[in-house]
Amino acid sequence: MTLPMCEPLVYEFGRAGRGARGQWPAPESNPPAVPAALRRARRAPLPEVSELDVVRHYTRLSQLNFSIDTHFYPLGSCTMKYNPRACNAAALLPEFLGRHPLASARHSQGFLECMYELQEMLKEVTGMRGVALTPMAGAHGEFAGVAMIRAYHRARGDLARNEIIVPTAAHGTNPATATMCGCVAREVGVGPDGDVDLAALAAAVGPKTAGIMLTNPSTLGIFERRITEVARIVHAAGGLLYYDGANLNAILGKVRPGDMEFDVLHMNLHKTFSTPHGGGGPGAGAVGVGPRLLPFMPLPVVAKSGAGEAARYRWQGEQDLPQSIGRLTGFNGNAGVLLRAYVYMRMLGREGMSRVGEYATLNSNYLLARLQQAGFVAAYPQRRASHEFILTLKALAQQQGVTAMDVAKRLLDLGFHAPTTYFPLLVPECLLIEPTETESKETLDAFVAAMAQILREAATEPDTVRGAPHTMPVRRLDDVRAARELDLAYRPPAP
Amino acid sequence: MPFIPHTEADVTEMLAAIGASDIEALFEEIPVELRVRSLAGIPAGLNEQQVMQLMYARARMDGRPLNFIGAGAYEHHIPAAVWAIVSRGEFYSAYTPYQAEASQGTLQTIYEYQSMITALTGAEVANASVYDGATAVAEACLMAVRANRKSTAGRVLLPRTLNPHYRAVAQASTGGQGLKLEEIPYVRERGQTELEALAPYAGQDVTALVIQQPNFFGVLEDVDALTDWAHARGALVIATVNPTSLALLKPPGLWGQRGADIVVGDGQPLGCPLSSGGPYFGFMATRMEFVRQMPGRIVGRTVDLDGRPGFTLTLQAREQHIRRGKATSNICTNQGLLMIAGTIYLAMMGAEGLERVASACMARTSELVAALARLPGVRTAFSGTRFHEAVLLIDRPVAPVLEALAARGIEGGFDLAECYPELGPALLVCATEARSAADIATYAAALGEVLQSAPAARKQA
Repeated sequence: MTLPMCEPLVYEFGRAGRGARGQWPAPESNPPAVPAALRRARRAPLPEVSELDVVRHYTRLSQLNFSIDTHFYPLGSCTMKYNPRACNAAALLPEFLGRHPLASARHSQGFLECMYELQEMLKEVTGMRGVALTPMAGAHGEFAGVAMIRAYHRARGDLARNEIIVPTAAHGTNPATATMCGCVAREVGVGPDGDVDLAALAAAVGPKTAGIMLTNPSTLGIFERRITEVARIVHAAGGLLYYDGANLNAILGKVRPGDMEFDVLHMNLHKTFSTPHGGGGPGAGAVGVGPRLLPFMPLPVVAKSGAGEAARYRWQGEQDLPQSIGRLTGFNGNAGVLLRAYVYMRMLGREGMSRVGEYATLNSNYLLARLQQAGFVAAYPQRRASHEFILTLKALAQQQGVTAMDVAKRLLDLGFHAPTTYFPLLVPECLLIEPTETESKETLDAFVAAMAQILREAATEPDTVRGAPHTMPVRRLDDVRAARELDLAYRPPAP
Repeated sequence: MPFIPHTEADVTEMLAAIGASDIEALFEEIPVELRVRSLAGIPAGLNEQQVMQLMYARARMDGRPLNFIGAGAYEHHIPAAVWAIVSRGEFYSAYTPYQAEASQGTLQTIYEYQSMITALTGAEVANASVYDGATAVAEACLMAVRANRKSTAGRVLLPRTLNPHYRAVAQASTGGQGLKLEEIPYVRERGQTELEALAPYAGQDVTALVIQQPNFFGVLEDVDALTDWAHARGALVIATVNPTSLALLKPPGLWGQRGADIVVGDGQPLGCPLSSGGPYFGFMATRMEFVRQMPGRIVGRTVDLDGRPGFTLTLQAREQHIRRGKATSNICTNQGLLMIAGTIYLAMMGAEGLERVASACMARTSELVAALARLPGVRTAFSGTRFHEAVLLIDRPVAPVLEALAARGIEGGFDLAECYPELGPALLVCATEARSAADIATYAAALGEVLQSAPAARKQA
């Protein structure tokens, strides 16, 4: 398969005086005056292109991408499942699209009812007591969560607690969030079986412990079996438990973070609840809290009064939640993303929801079993895979000089997006593979065949693998040059 | 089961390959006492037709009122092609472009976006977006503390004319790192921040000054004087700007003698629908010397093994997946798809088209203000030059007036009672190029009726 070759920059289609004029308002006959000192002297150097130029250029650029709609995308920890088009269609209804975030209560009840019901469904499926929808991505939800943990301790006059414990395999956002909240991240290791080292944890907690951030199943693709014991140790030390919802898809409908005694969590609605990733966003990082953190939720939160025909919905503000950590977004979060997640949850319903965790786990374990049969090595062969699993290619790298990155790049040639590479950091030469529940057995089988082919190539023609990809619009890029000779913006030649 | 393709035969074969008796067996490592017993609070599933009927009904409840609210989100014409392209699965359902060779479409678009944002703002480098305008200001405050090595105070001055939601977000987002955010009052007659208000800080260590242009009241600030004041005292300047206005207004890179140091804003006016508050995107740009202090993803142009030009994420040593606790920010997912919409919008409009949009916005707002201030009991609050918003003072509480207008299908503006009680009953109104002369006449007639039917005497109530 060969993708189209490189596309010129949009500027290169431009000609002085050209433009998508059908999109422009008529010129003002009496243009308003801007004081000379505040006025722009020269027009900004933007492209001067026709509407067709624009449509063709960006359509062609889109064709240079891999995406869920075009390719199997088994990117570990990212839950690249099918994004149903109905969710998009509903969020793009003109009433929702045109609704101003500060519109009156009269013009808000339909939207707010969806948001309220979304809060309620997320509470139910996570076992939490309250949900706030406003954080705009997973890391933003993490910030809200850790800020709430801090606010909780502060409200109790417990001012020394500034340590956030994270396992060594945690996502980078966990320690980065701790820092942003004025805390210090403290790492604890995992044992050879992949579970948190309880002795190390017990030694790490103390009067400075604010809380622990955990992903469960962990980033090693296995369920933390002694979670109840972890919760006991941390709570006994006066700390709180934060659930990083990155891997919620694995347990959706099977286990609830609230039942595992987590005090707070974020949910990546763009993973578990299937809103599109958009090439890097937008996401939505709704947070859920247990009873201890209810008063500290970020603003605003949707409240309901009355019932049936008389039900009314409104945003709660500072008066309602005076101990809130405050406002984290200009308005009320990524509303359009929240609408998409709402539609997805309504389509799944109760039954569909518990099938998610089941089939995600089935697909993952099937793929792992087949890849092991094909000669690949699991990082934790003694453990049951969750919705994702890790292969370690250490032997391949040592014996054939073919690295995990080489395998990842060769997969692109064979029509598959690469798995996550070199994460988690503690497994050498690793691939983190997450197939999701929406992929068919045929797709998984085709992926196994591609992986088996690469293994053969590594033995017989290793340069084919080491030099991959060969069929993409570009070959491997010079990252060192990119960072050393920074070229971060096009500068049009001076007129 | 929606979106799950497995047949019974598939499941049987797959379980056999795994060596498991049933799907339930795959959850054997999860303690039994933790397993979900019921999800009774989740309603039964709906098929696509049913869910769309539900959503049509919900949407109808909200209607399509005539909108005169701005306050940080603006209704503009969006070319049909923008969302037709953005909705293509190749953009819409792709992940962050970590695998550069399979993501050149997104990466090149980000590079073009960075180019357009720097062109518009006069800054040297831009990142690939943050969440929104409010979080962009918060990130800029944190960045200024890192970038201004001469300052140790961690003190950032926020004018009261800065969007009150932005101030609240900056407070909530930077408190953990110990920043001191201090408020600068405005001149009541003109609705502007004045140098005199900064006098108390003359000899003090100030890390940065935020300047919003146009400010929350829609009034243009004297950006040159404010910028030079800050630079003379070793403070950095954070500009937060409306991107549409930059078609007419001096770019922040040229403010004062040296230009603003960090430029941020909400990109919503560039092709993002109002959509109840999001998703929008925050843009962020700066000088090359501060690029390593900037949070968020950045794309660079480089070459591949054959010397062919290509694009890749760069300077990743600033980011959380590499630097963990020492990263510039915890941001990971940003607002990629909206940034793509903004890029396509800017390519369609070009400088001339955007200039026409900005002129039309200014003209419609002038006409709106003239039509409304003509009514008895309504007058303008400030004498400063406006862009596309204005504060009106009304002779009675605003909330019931807005409610009466809403009952007539008009969203009449943003009530300033909570955020600016010192103004008395005050209303922030906005008219963009999307409002016609007829819309403005409709609003003026309705407001006239409302004010007449509810006499001003009630203002004491």
